[in-house]
Amino acid sequence: MTMTPSRAVLGARLAGTSTLHLDDDLDPRGRLVVVGNGMAGARLVEEILERGGGEQFRITIFGDEPHGNYNRIMLSPVLAGESHEDDIVLNSHDWYSDNGIDLRAGVRVERIDTAAKQVHAADGSVTGYDHLVLATGSYSWIPPMNGVRKDDGELLDGVYGFRTIDETRALLEATSRCTRAVVMGGGLLGLEAARALQGHGMQVELVHAMPWLMNAQLDAEAGAILKKSVEELGITVHLDILASEVLGGETAEGHVTGVILKDGRRLDCDLLVVAAGVRPHTDVAVRSGLEVERAIIVDDQLRTDDPDVYAIGECAQHRGSVYGLVAPAWEHAKVLADVLTGTNPHAEYHGSRTATKLKVAGVDVATMGINTPQRDEDEFLVITEPKRGVHLSVVIRDDKLVGATLLGDTRKVAFLTQAFDRGAPLPEERIRLLVDLSDGAEEVGVADMPHDSQVCNCNGVSKGDICGAVSGGCGSVGEVMDRTRAGKGCGSCKSLVKQIVEWAADGDLAEDPAASYYVPGIPMPKPELMRAIREHDLRSVSAVFAVLAPDGKDDAKSKMGLTSLLKMIWGHDYLPEKDAEFINDRVHGNIQRDGTFSVVPQMKGGVTTPAQLRRIAEVAEKYEVPMVKVTGGQRIDLLGVRKEDLPAMWNDLGMPSGYAYGKSFRTVKTCVGSDFCRFGLDDSTQLGIDLETRFQGIESPAKMKLAVVGCPRNCAEAYVKDVGVVAVGGGKWEVYIGGAAGASVRKGDLLATVEGRDAVMTLAGRFMQYYRENANWLERTYDFVPRVGLEKIKAVLLEDSEGICADLDAGIQRSIDAYTDPWGQDAEEPATPGQFRPALPLIALPKVPVR
Amino acid sequence: MSVTDVATTTGVVVGRIDDVPMGEGRTFVVGSEQVAVFRLRNGSLHATQAACPHAGGPLADGQSDVDVLVCPLHQYAYRWSDGTSTSGAAPIRVYPVREVEGELVVDV
Repeated sequence: MTMTPSRAVLGARLAGTSTLHLDDDLDPRGRLVVVGNGMAGARLVEEILERGGGEQFRITIFGDEPHGNYNRIMLSPVLAGESHEDDIVLNSHDWYSDNGIDLRAGVRVERIDTAAKQVHAADGSVTGYDHLVLATGSYSWIPPMNGVRKDDGELLDGVYGFRTIDETRALLEATSRCTRAVVMGGGLLGLEAARALQGHGMQVELVHAMPWLMNAQLDAEAGAILKKSVEELGITVHLDILASEVLGGETAEGHVTGVILKDGRRLDCDLLVVAAGVRPHTDVAVRSGLEVERAIIVDDQLRTDDPDVYAIGECAQHRGSVYGLVAPAWEHAKVLADVLTGTNPHAEYHGSRTATKLKVAGVDVATMGINTPQRDEDEFLVITEPKRGVHLSVVIRDDKLVGATLLGDTRKVAFLTQAFDRGAPLPEERIRLLVDLSDGAEEVGVADMPHDSQVCNCNGVSKGDICGAVSGGCGSVGEVMDRTRAGKGCGSCKSLVKQIVEWAADGDLAEDPAASYYVPGIPMPKPELMRAIREHDLRSVSAVFAVLAPDGKDDAKSKMGLTSLLKMIWGHDYLPEKDAEFINDRVHGNIQRDGTFSVVPQMKGGVTTPAQLRRIAEVAEKYEVPMVKVTGGQRIDLLGVRKEDLPAMWNDLGMPSGYAYGKSFRTVKTCVGSDFCRFGLDDSTQLGIDLETRFQGIESPAKMKLAVVGCPRNCAEAYVKDVGVVAVGGGKWEVYIGGAAGASVRKGDLLATVEGRDAVMTLAGRFMQYYRENANWLERTYDFVPRVGLEKIKAVLLEDSEGICADLDAGIQRSIDAYTDPWGQDAEEPATPGQFRPALPLIALPKVPVR
Repeated sequence: MSVTDVATTTGVVVGRIDDVPMGEGRTFVVGSEQVAVFRLRNGSLHATQAACPHAGGPLADGQSDVDVLVCPLHQYAYRWSDGTSTSGAAPIRVYPVREVEGELVVDV
């Protein structure tokens, strides 16, 4: 066995260093001893230090292996030659000494004297404790086979388990002289070992005692597909058979030469890897008189039957379950650290919902919960594509995801894990759990995205930047967005950012309470916030902060959303505060990159007149507007206008604002409809004008763009609008909601087909009000509609399932009544001193090149 | 504070406090420099450079709270305390500013 010099030296020094500490009697800290320096034991120590436990405890940790703490999960990539063993070190010896921890690496603990509270180790040392934690993990189980062991009980030469770094080193070394390997065990570890050895050019045969591969995680069908994928790699698979004998012990070299299977077949090999499962390490516990069944029995605080002895990780048995995964071990560590340090003396562990995601033998596999339905009412959805090596299934109980198996295609794993862990609502079309039905380009799974691929195009943030923020300590989606600015531009990448953060954090993500807030500065979801605003009669943004914000503190990034909400709630009775508005709303124009503004006069339904055009042309010339542009919303945009020119321009124009700058109702595009078009089925132009007249300027959580078309040819693109109306003949109109053709492209969902103009106006208004009252700040309808669910929206708006339709109609009417044209208003007299004063007086604007 | 006290400082009167509406910012010219002055609702005054270092954004048009000023162009936030950005972008300059008998005095 070799160790890199640095680790060896540091390990050797430690025992000496510890004697320099205060004498046991003088150190007032409690003595905490951890037996086991693996992923559970070392994590526990980290969690304890994180909670300030270094002040409370003198910590000693025993490790059977001579190394620091390493990531056992990563042994497969090391064996495959994809990772270097240095890369899998989690805590070097330095880390232990830096944190004042007495690491006894390479020292095996023999027994615990629970009466005297002492740990007896193989080196003869006796260590007293106040609290003892067993984190002894598990070991490779070697099934009984004739000849597998030598007379001295050691494994025959050329036979290895696959559990430790030393075994991995021995296997790596063997690949250079061996040519034929047999791997016993078709579980996760066996498959990974087989794949890694085969990658080193060895001929590999896999022997599995069960009828299909990975039988603990997969059902028979998925196992069969996995077998096919593994065989395609060139690995021979023997299922449902045991090996009875290991050959080679009788030869002069005493080295393995093959195995005999139960049916008499002989497989020649010069390397035998046994990965037939693990068993909890319970020897120490048994010898120490602790209660042990399959593993060491612990209660909800990870305590054994001795009140000062705890067990965590794979050696612990909690409520009948023994886990062989790292996530539960880490959950144990957190709970026990809370208990021991007193951070939360009542912390309890209630079992883990296990989910695994891995690449096994080159195939992506993710499993969580159960893999087959267990009750009559369970929903079970399976998609199987043997040819592509894809098998996907989900089990749903009472509308909650209770199990999922993804083989060969794990693109949906982030969403499913979320749904599984947190009981998130499921799409009504269950198939959407497994495949994307959007007609757009194929979505690339976040795991497969290249590191440097750009996620947030607005702020130039790559997947790597996001992962870096996560590994740099950001523990929630919100923190990552603040750190990297990803998702802070147009916002269309937010869900992707969320997926990447979840993937990068691999389940280690704090639930972000702020994610449910309407605005970051007031810790309340929207319905609660609206109730509080009404209850306290808060009519201005500053009043909301004073009463509802922590310490009454205002928050710049919350002001715009609160202004919008207060306007919606109070209508006329809202108390305006200019500083709570974004600059666009302060001066009723859209700020441009050079600090100039754009002016878009209202042009209802995209219909204009020669007189209006003449006026616009004159104004554009008079104010030397650098660019005049026809917009996508069927209007005319005057770009590059100086702030100080705005009021005079509005005056000269004599037209109302088109609201092209607000988080508000923007515009209604129309086609020429039945007036001129020979295909038009109805008067779409007039309906568009009517809609715009009724709903002009209404503020909303995000902008609302509408369109009306006179026939399904969709010339004004009504299918991809927040509200789109399509004439279908006979006076009937289809109303679509939640469409988008911006940063996201989504065809709207058909809300209803209604008869007559008035019915369209009522339904559109009712939907927009429902959206205004229930959407999060900046949540567009294309996110809102799928989030709430079309069926629910239909029930609420069409069947009045919640009895709120009258309120919705009254709510939108209140906002309609409160409408005033801002240009008419502020052109007369500024709302505040210097409202239109230049913000960059020494810089000649516009800087936009004149075309 | 008396007029003589003002004369002993390096402060420059840039305008009147009433020129800046409550909670907002306005830009003033001092010699060849532009300075944005902000009057917060808690009564405090702050002064910064007028154009943001990231893209030349008009900071006086930004929204603010007791801790930060947010640029209107790309929503970068800068701390009043020292001008540093919360997202690690280049910092802005901040200037001492005070009110003297209704006038805004900035140390530039």
